[in-house]
Amino acid sequence: MSGTNDSFDPKQVSALAPESLEAARDEATSAFAGASTLDALTALKPAHLGDRSPVLLARREIGSLPPQAKADAGKRVNETRVAVQSAYDERYAVLLAERDERVLGEEAVDVTLPTTRHARGSRHPLTQTSERIADVFVAMGWEVAEGPEVESEWFNFDALNFLPDHPARTMQDTFHVQPPGAKQVLRTHTSPVQIRTLLERDLPVYVVCPGRTFRTDELDATHTPVFHQIEGLAVDKGLTMAHLKGTLDAFARAMFGPDSRIRMRPSYFPFTEPSAEPDVWFPQKKGGAGWVEWGGCGMVDPNVLRACGVDPDVYSGFAFGMGLERTLMFRNGLPDMRDMVEGDVRFTSAFAVEP
Amino acid sequence: MRVPVSWLTEHVGLAEHPSADDLAEALIRVGFEVEDVVALEAVPGPLVVGKVLEIEELTEFKKPIRFCRVDVGTRGSDPGQPQGIVCGATNFAVGDLVVAALPGTTLPGDFGIAARKTYGRVSDGMLCALDELGLGDDHAGILVLPPDTAEPGTDAAPLLGLAEGDAEAVLDVAVNPDRGYALSIRGMGRELAGAYDAPFGDPAAIDHGVPATSEPGASVVVDPASGCRRFVARRVTDLDPTAPTPWWMTRRLLLAGIRPISLAVDVTNFVMLELGQPMHAYDAARITGDVVVRRARVDEKITTLDDVSRALDPDDVVVSDDSGPIGLAGVMGGASTEVTPTTSGVLLEAATWDPASVARTARRHKLPSEAARRFERAVDPAVARAATDRAAALLAHYGSATVDGGVTDVGSFTEGTEAPIPTITVPLDLPDRVAGVTYPRGASVRRLVQVGCAVEVGGDGVAVVAPTWRPDLTRPADLVEEVLRLEGYHVIPSELPVFAGGTGLTMAQRRRRQVSHALADAGYQEVLPSPFMSPAVLDAFGLDDDDPRRTAVRLANPLDADRSLMATTLLPGLLDAVVRNVSRGLRDLALFHVGQVARPDGPPLEAPVVGTEHRPSDTEIAALLDALPRQPLRVGAVLTGAWEPKGWWGDGRPATWSDAVEAARTVAAVYGATPTVSNDRHAPWHPGRCAALHVEGVLVGHAGELHPKVLEALGLPPRTCAMELELDRLPVREVLARPEVSAFPPVLLDVALVVPEDVPVAAIEADLVEGGGELIEDVRLFDVYSGAQVGEGRRSLAFALRLRAPDRTLTLEEAGAARDAAVALAGERHGAALRA
Repeated sequence: MSGTNDSFDPKQVSALAPESLEAARDEATSAFAGASTLDALTALKPAHLGDRSPVLLARREIGSLPPQAKADAGKRVNETRVAVQSAYDERYAVLLAERDERVLGEEAVDVTLPTTRHARGSRHPLTQTSERIADVFVAMGWEVAEGPEVESEWFNFDALNFLPDHPARTMQDTFHVQPPGAKQVLRTHTSPVQIRTLLERDLPVYVVCPGRTFRTDELDATHTPVFHQIEGLAVDKGLTMAHLKGTLDAFARAMFGPDSRIRMRPSYFPFTEPSAEPDVWFPQKKGGAGWVEWGGCGMVDPNVLRACGVDPDVYSGFAFGMGLERTLMFRNGLPDMRDMVEGDVRFTSAFAVEP
Repeated sequence: MRVPVSWLTEHVGLAEHPSADDLAEALIRVGFEVEDVVALEAVPGPLVVGKVLEIEELTEFKKPIRFCRVDVGTRGSDPGQPQGIVCGATNFAVGDLVVAALPGTTLPGDFGIAARKTYGRVSDGMLCALDELGLGDDHAGILVLPPDTAEPGTDAAPLLGLAEGDAEAVLDVAVNPDRGYALSIRGMGRELAGAYDAPFGDPAAIDHGVPATSEPGASVVVDPASGCRRFVARRVTDLDPTAPTPWWMTRRLLLAGIRPISLAVDVTNFVMLELGQPMHAYDAARITGDVVVRRARVDEKITTLDDVSRALDPDDVVVSDDSGPIGLAGVMGGASTEVTPTTSGVLLEAATWDPASVARTARRHKLPSEAARRFERAVDPAVARAATDRAAALLAHYGSATVDGGVTDVGSFTEGTEAPIPTITVPLDLPDRVAGVTYPRGASVRRLVQVGCAVEVGGDGVAVVAPTWRPDLTRPADLVEEVLRLEGYHVIPSELPVFAGGTGLTMAQRRRRQVSHALADAGYQEVLPSPFMSPAVLDAFGLDDDDPRRTAVRLANPLDADRSLMATTLLPGLLDAVVRNVSRGLRDLALFHVGQVARPDGPPLEAPVVGTEHRPSDTEIAALLDALPRQPLRVGAVLTGAWEPKGWWGDGRPATWSDAVEAARTVAAVYGATPTVSNDRHAPWHPGRCAALHVEGVLVGHAGELHPKVLEALGLPPRTCAMELELDRLPVREVLARPEVSAFPPVLLDVALVVPEDVPVAAIEADLVEGGGELIEDVRLFDVYSGAQVGEGRRSLAFALRLRAPDRTLTLEEAGAARDAAVALAGERHGAALRA
């Protein structure tokens, strides 16, 4: 091993000469700038930054310099290397951005192409209305009760205080089941569920009963032989007509907005006494806010309570019922009831969300 | 009931004249539905009474046309001379008084009258029919006024109630079935008085000056079995059969919608409207022998006033004489004793019939007459005598008749053999407690008196006797209603009940909602088809004769005779919806319906007789419930056309049997259940493409492609698929089992098995699960191959197995052993072999 060459003149090592390093740097920078693709650029990398590149070869020579010259040459070599590297990096970044842009451009699609490969489904607006109403009452602490559609006359009429041969019994145009001795009908209202509830449940009861009901009306724009009602029944100690009104007011607000409310007109139903027909204040009524007839209601007739084994001197109750088709018709401005029963998918799909 | 307001307010002491709309509002407030308020338009201009002097028939036209010369006093175009008017009606004769609209008159509907040339003559005005005057819709001829109503040339508008300021209007009021008394001026007037808190003068209390003498009246025998409570009869003789009905009465009848006929008939109708007592006028000369009120006999017949011969039922009540029935009690009179244009002796009848009996007879004979409508809602038995007197007095006055002194008045009501109207004791504060209102002192008593009750106030209650016309008032609750409605429902405050809340929807209710959400999310549209089913559709389905779906609830009165059954399956309704949508050009369909079906086990049982006086016994309740058919809740779905349409993404894909099975799996998943699927043959499905679905060993329904023959027969698109499940057979769990979630890594192994092609995938899958034991976490079929490589009659099934241990990292050896055991079981049971 040779000793330190104290008398070595750095200028004599040409690779470390500033001119050489500058030339190597300029050559590399210009080569990089000339590369038009990432592949071309990376192909240039060994020649200018690889082990055998001028800068790296120059660094090897530093060791042969006298100590006093090493620092200076090292600094020079390093500066050159950093400059070459950053020229590379800069060019690389530019080319990468160019490539990315090109690729993304090539991947562009027409996003207005149709995307629906299977039609969305939807639930019938009557189902949704029925559930919505049930939810309003469930939120007030009521429960939901149900019953069958082919019903015994005892539940549909007798226990509801419809006397035999009384005109009220023929007012509701009834589908009768054969033979007549079976005394079965298609329920003309959801009210028989009141009777079933009172026979089955412990008092007090607060229930709503949604369901399908039947009357012998020919199908037209405002009638259908198969329709839906929702019934409410509350039997407890100390219930008054004020409670009926308060409940219907809350119901009206939930369905038709905070300005809605109920007024009652005296009426007649065999199963309530007193009876009333509620009108609801409908702010969105066609042609301006106004009252709309909305079902029937009243205090449960003592005869009904008695038929169910409830002592009318101890308990009182109220009941109400509304047609769902009618509710949906005026709430949503639907002119023709036939659309609800014909099953045209264009009607149902218009109500993919709650109507 | 149509009521002219001038008549309605006649007996009510109103301080000022409310408008027709105000009156309607008042009636609505106390519980009457006013269906229409029709204001009569005043007729300005020269509307005058005319007398027909001369009629010239013009015969050269297709229809009869008359040129008339009419005396209009000094009101004519040439004062003092007859007016020439062309008229197309023929119901009048020379000498008749008519109403002439002279040029310058404006009839209702802004119909201006001017002289004009028509049918070759100049018509200087028009002779008016009722509808042209706005007095009803009768256009059968022109209005002919009773003789001597007024001098020719008199202004007709005041006479007709059509002058400015008459403000006449007709209210059309619907009367609820519990308020029969209100089908009269007397009853509705009383209600109006209550609504206005105004005094009321009872028209039934007016003495019409036809005193009874002790001479015997007509002989009438009432059989108690007839249910007739009272029969009042009075003879009127020497009636001038040509005497016209006075105009004021005609006008009231017309406005009430009743066609005038003759004085005798008009008077009975007038009294019915005024007092609510339906009456009948018999031609006394045509009655033979005694009048007997009784039930009809077997094989008896009657020809009623509408000239229809009716076979009577022994339940019908008749008024009879020696010749047989001469009237169908409370419903319609008989033709044999009808008053004719020559009748001079009339027997007036005012009876009180049993409401239920009249209702049955009216329904049986399809005769909803004005009389029946009142009797079936109950008529005041006390008014019969006043009605008879009123009618007799009117006939005496307008028909120059003589009223017999003898009055027949028989029946349980008259004889006092009926139980007295019971006294109802009501606690003073009961109305307050029911309404939730503190009423002013005395309000309750005042209101009860207003409706006609006799009220006696005691210590803490009032003793109330309802009036004879309110048989509906029998209980404290009935009296409470009277107080509440007359005080007005508007004073009742709004208050929410306070109670311990419930427990929300039941799990079964929540599951049901989820079913419809799940199917909608899967792309199905909900429809609500009719439950009325045709037996023909079951034939088209190819059901066996003993298929339980043929045992259906049958309607006695279907709207459509072809659809007399209640659906035993949801498919017919859903398929109807498919047909309708397809006919409207909508071909790619996925529909569902959640609904009850009715599944009787056989013909319905006789209904048990159960009272309503108290709670039925548990046995009675069970009998009522058992008599009904089983009515389970089901879900059905049908799909047809493209499940995925052809598009830029490719050819799309038609809906297939597999989508139907998937829909069934979607529903089962809502219940946390994984159904076992097996091949089945079940109409109306394709025998090779029908899946039976079981959950926990219970059959819950079927899914697959429908039978091509069924589709053809029902006009449905080929390859239509369907599923139907009985939701009530799916288990509803309140709490689901805890899942095992192992954090150790799985071993994933694939196996390809060659199996005979008739072995269902589900069987091999079950073998693998069972054979692999507890380490098998998941088995998934990922490929099916059949071809030469696996041999004729065989196919290759490739499964991905995921194995995992709960407590350790599974070694490959353990996993391999489990796989081998799984394959071995499939081999043993179904001849499966590892594919080479």
